[in-house]
Parts: sequence; structure tokens; C-alpha cells
Amino acid sequence: MIEATNLRKHFGAIAAVRDVSLRAPDGRITGLLGPNGAGKSTTLRILYTVLKPDSGDALIDGISVIREPLEVRKRIGVLSHGAGIYPNLTARENILYFGALHGLSRADREARAKELIGLLEMDEFADRIAKGFSQGQRIKAALARAIIHRPRNVLLDEPTNGLDVMAVRTLRRLLVRLRDEGHCLLFSSHVMQEVAALCDEVVVIAHGTVAASGTPEDIRVLTGESTLEDAFVKLIGTGEGLG
Amino acid sequence: MYAILTVFLKEFRENLRERRTLLSALILGPLLGPVLFAGALSLNIEQGTVKNDRPVSLAVSHAERAPNLLAFLHEYGVTVKPFAVEDAGARSAIREHRETLVLLVTEHFGQQLSSGEPAPLVLYADSSDVSNARDLGRVRILIEQYGSLIARLRITARGIDPTVLSPIVVQNVDVSTPASRSVLLLGTLSYLMLLTMLMGGMYLAIDTTAGERERGSLEPLLTVPVRREQLIYGKILATCAYMTLSLCLTVTAFAIVLQFVGLEQFGMSVNFGPLVALKVVLFVLPLVPLGAALMTIVAAFTRSYREAQTYLGLVLLVPTLPLVFAGMLGLRPTARLMAVPSLSQHFLITSLLRDEPISAAYFALSVLVTLGVGAALILVAGRLYDREALLG
Repeated sequence: MIEATNLRKHFGAIAAVRDVSLRAPDGRITGLLGPNGAGKSTTLRILYTVLKPDSGDALIDGISVIREPLEVRKRIGVLSHGAGIYPNLTARENILYFGALHGLSRADREARAKELIGLLEMDEFADRIAKGFSQGQRIKAALARAIIHRPRNVLLDEPTNGLDVMAVRTLRRLLVRLRDEGHCLLFSSHVMQEVAALCDEVVVIAHGTVAASGTPEDIRVLTGESTLEDAFVKLIGTGEGLG
Repeated sequence: MYAILTVFLKEFRENLRERRTLLSALILGPLLGPVLFAGALSLNIEQGTVKNDRPVSLAVSHAERAPNLLAFLHEYGVTVKPFAVEDAGARSAIREHRETLVLLVTEHFGQQLSSGEPAPLVLYADSSDVSNARDLGRVRILIEQYGSLIARLRITARGIDPTVLSPIVVQNVDVSTPASRSVLLLGTLSYLMLLTMLMGGMYLAIDTTAGERERGSLEPLLTVPVRREQLIYGKILATCAYMTLSLCLTVTAFAIVLQFVGLEQFGMSVNFGPLVALKVVLFVLPLVPLGAALMTIVAAFTRSYREAQTYLGLVLLVPTLPLVFAGMLGLRPTARLMAVPSLSQHFLITSLLRDEPISAAYFALSVLVTLGVGAALILVAGRLYDREALLG
């Protein structure tokens, strides 16, 4: 369960996040939808404790990201923008490294890595050096790495960027599976169709503030538009590109 | 502690697979330095010895006018070669490098000598040609010796004690040992060792900080439940490990290579054997954490891998600067100078290789101050890693 209240973050004179409050419940997939530069990544970075907000706070399973970031980190799995795996390690070594950093015992992390490699259909490249991986292979390795410690909450920053159709389907299946197991999933995207296809809840962000939130149906009704796409365009203002 | 170890092991292993790191840390630096050093050295030694023993060849025009002088020169190892030219011919022979030294005996030499007038000789040489300076000097001194021999004989023949010709006698007392004459050489040696050690950790310091950020793997790493300073401590530890490896390899390579070079002539009175090599490593080891922390701090705040490379190139100079100054100013160890990291290591190595006694207090001072500064820098690195600016 992720709850953020009145988050605000400036970088110098630029306000990346002005006022964001959101709620991502357990057992649901929540989509953070907004155009490029709306403040999605900054919001996620505050939630996964890499940035500290100027004001406001966020609770992960009731624990404050400001006061107890270490406790929060035990409860979250993070797929950051662009995956970022180590090119000189194999996929399996990448996964095991994070298992060790999360304090899992050797036997535990090895069993868990094996399980995730099977689940994400990575057997073919699991023991290859990551240097030559395709974007899809990289994302899969990074995702397995992010959830090696069975976190209750999973945060993903633009996870489908650069993925082909097959990889997107594998990813979606995994997210749905995690949801059905009762996890809280929060992911950002600027691709409207993706959010519409996958999310139970949507939070629309524009100009650093929350423009609307609720189920896709709620948002359509709220704006009086017939499709989510039209609703989205209306919410963020017509001047913005959708990327 | 477990987290530090985990980070250390991962960085250590990952960089073993990085060709660039391996090449610079464990192959090029440690081997190239000593081999080049020894190569230059043995060439130098060879040149010195060969020149000393080589007979000087002297082209003489009109040798028949001064048979005694030539017999004297011959006796002292000068090979006399008849060469029938006059002034112009001698000049062009030198200029066109057909001859290096030409002695012209003037027409009335014998006559003037026997009548007690100054008898002229003309010696042609090219003073801009450094390789002949030694030969020229030798010939000139021999001729002067011959002249003073004649002067003494003349004085004696007139019943005067020839010692009146020497109103003053200067006695040179050279107290330098063979070892102390080789300051420059020893300075280069410790300079190369410190530089190679630092280079051994350079790529690791970049890869674990600027490189990690550039690859995008820093952000996920910061989401694990480990305090940030522990992550950086693990990284610094890995850098230390590579620097230590590099140092050991360099010193070993020096020890092996220097066995083949006749170092006594350059004044190293100590045989650079396993025990000396071990001591050198021990002396330099306290500098490892300092260097690793310094490079990590600088690399962590550059914006890219390339920028980090540029800045670290400059950082490499910082610990080696005191050595350059010490060489230029001819500094000797004092308590204050032994508190300067890198300079104190240089003094320790130099004393060891010169077989001079090393004061225990100086040694302790060097180790403690260096380790202390290193620990402070590591703490600074830990504090800096806690800042958001790190993400770039």
C-alpha cells in the first residue's frame, strides 16, 4: 500500500513536483499517467527513497519514506528508468547481487533467482554476460532483480519502453500475477493505451500536480468524454505532446 | 559489514572481467614501468662504461713534428691516426663528420719548444656534439699534462724545486656514498611505484561511481536497504584491492628486472631481493586507502565517465607532486616532511634502498598520518555519497 500526501520537489528554480497526493492499494495495478516532464519520475523517485521531498510525505505500508527510508526499502522493489544492469555480470549474477544486498541467505536467493528466471522465461540468457542483451532481456533481468526479495510493493518507471510485443506480454502477465498475489503495483507511463489495458486505478499527472484519479471508467465519466484518450487529452490540456 | 563485503566482492569480480581495467591495473602499469625503467637504465650504464674504456681516436696532421708528444698520447690510450691536412681541411673534416677530433701540429712546433717559447698546437672539435665531449676533454687534459711535465723538467734543469709551480694544493674530500649520488634515480623509482599503484585503482574508482551512474545502475542500487556510505565503503575497498595488487605486481616486477641491471654503479647499495620488496610494499601500503578515497571522491562528482578520466588524470599528479619538489629541492627527511603522505613513503623507500637506517619514529609518523588522512577521506566520501547531487 502506497500513500503520498502533498509531495513537493524543486530542482533549483524548476518545480518538478508541485503537489502530488495519491493512493495505490494492495492487490491493484495503479498507473501513473502523464506526458513527458509531468513529474512522474520525480514522484516515483521520492516514493522509492532516492530523492527527499521538499515537503509532504509518503507512507509505504504505513512507514514514512522520510523518517525510515531503510525500512521502506525492504518493502519495495524498484525497476528504474532504463533498467541499469551491470554489463559485466550475467543476468543471474545481477539478480543474486541484489538478493545478497537485501540480506537473503545464499540458498534462499539462489532458489528465488531460479524461480524468477523460469517465471520470466529467461533460461536462454540467464547465464550470459549482460553486455549484449536486448532491451527486453535487460528489462527482464532488472525486473527479476527488483523482486528477488518478494517485496509487497513494486514500483516501475516506464517499464515497457523499448520492448517488443512479446516482451510486453510477458511483463503484463507478470504484473497481473503479482497483483493477484496481493501485491501493490505502481507504474508510470506516458502511453495511454498501455495504462488503459492494464490498470485498475489511474492517476493522471500534469504540470507536477494530480489532474484526476480513479478507475479508468471514473475518469471517463468525470471528464464527460467517451474514450480514456479523449479524457486524458482534456485533463492535461491540448498543448502537451503525448510522446 | 556484510553489505560492504557484498559490494566489494561484486565490484572486484565484475572488474576482473573488464579488459580495460585489467590491462591498466595489472599488466601495463606494473610491467611496462619497470621494464622501461630497467631498459633506460642499462642503456645508460652501458654507454657510461663503454665510453670510459674506449680508446680515443685522434687524427693528427704533421705528426712527424712532435714525436714525443704523440708517444705520450699513445701511452695513455689515444690512437693516433695520421691525417695530412692543413687548417681548412681539418675544419671541413670535422664539419662533415669525417673526423671527430683533429690535432694540427704547427710548422715550427719543435723549434719553438726547444727554444723555450710557447709552442702552438691546434685542436679541432665540434663542441655542440655532446657525444664527443668526453674524448675532447681527455685529449685536452693529456696535452696539458704533457705540457706541465715539460715545465717541471725545465724547472728542475735550472736547479729549482718544481713544487714552486704549485703554490696551492686543493684536496677534494668527497663524502658521498655511491648510494647518495643517485637521488634522481631513486626518486624516479619511488615515483613510478606510487604512480602505478594509483593507476591500478583509477578505472575502478571511475567505474564504481561515474560509470555506475552512467549505466543507470546507481539508482536501483540506492533502493536496497543498505546505508549509502556502506555502498561506497565497499567500492573503495574494491579499489584498494586493485591498487594493492597493482603495487605488489609492480614491486615484484622491479625486483626481478633490477636483478639484471648492474645497479651498484648507480649507488643502490641494497640488493633488491624479496625482503626489500616486501618492505617497500609495507611502506607504501598505508597510502592505498588515501589514494582510493581521493580518486573515488573526485570520480563520484564528475558528470560522466570521460569527465572522470580527465579529472583523475590530474588527481594522479597530486600525490606525485611532493616527490617532484623533493627531487628538485633536494629535501631530506624531517619530522614535518614525514607527515606529508606520499612524500614520507618516498623517503622511506629511498632510505631503504640506500641502506640507511630508518628511524622508528619517522616510520610510525608516516604510517599514522597517512592512514589518518585516508580514513578522513573515506568518511568524507561516505558523507558525500549521501547527497542527492550524486544522482546527477
